[in-house]
Amino acid sequence: MPVLEQPSDVLRQFCHGDIDAFEALFRSHQGEVYGWIVHIVRDPSAAEDLTVETFWRIHRAHARFDPTRSFGAWARRIATNAALDHLKTARRDHDLPDDLPSRPLPDPGISEELRQKMARAFRRLPPQLRIAATLALIEEQPYQEIADALGVSIAAIKVRVFRARRFLRKELKRQGIEP
Amino acid sequence: MNEHDQERIDQLLKMTLPPMGAGGEPRRDLWPAMRTRIEARPVAVPWFDWVLLAAAAACLAIFPGAIPVLLYHL
Repeated sequence: MPVLEQPSDVLRQFCHGDIDAFEALFRSHQGEVYGWIVHIVRDPSAAEDLTVETFWRIHRAHARFDPTRSFGAWARRIATNAALDHLKTARRDHDLPDDLPSRPLPDPGISEELRQKMARAFRRLPPQLRIAATLALIEEQPYQEIADALGVSIAAIKVRVFRARRFLRKELKRQGIEP
Repeated sequence: MNEHDQERIDQLLKMTLPPMGAGGEPRRDLWPAMRTRIEARPVAVPWFDWVLLAAAAACLAIFPGAIPVLLYHL
């Protein structure tokens, strides 16, 4: 996923709280931020709200941004944190229906029972493991990009992905499925 | 967990939850919502103003005789 760069003047003006510069950054980066968030939460409607939440956090933190660094990478990190907060809240608020709000249709080569049990196991993943599994195993994003977005090392991502796989296997076994 | 188990889990996961692909674009322009959120921001009163207000109220409570003097000077 490309990380757009901005002319340094716009970034400097943004740092000083210029609303026009912020709008320019919003318009040039909203698609990229939305695309990253929708990969994580798999819900276009929630991703739109989280895109606004991300830019709200960016707006509040404008004075802390270093204009010599990549705005896109900074925005993606904030977007990842916003998505993570959303997953934590969603996990607390309700025990989730059986159907995940995913847009692509599941593979017909898998039985409905197995699909539901896997979806249930996936929803039970702790948010930190769920993000790592989603981005690495489903969306096949490079480990380096995932690590940068979460602010951890590649080794930490590999550990989380391994733990996520182990968790899913254990959950499937608990539901009577031998993967 | 061996390599075969890992591959099987990965395969099952992708069959259950296919990739979202490029992710696409938001279905609506999000700037109006952003603008509303910025403008709805409550006016924040600096903490120092609250301290001054509390100190003035405390002085008037301790020395009520100062109230007419204060009113005279206002």
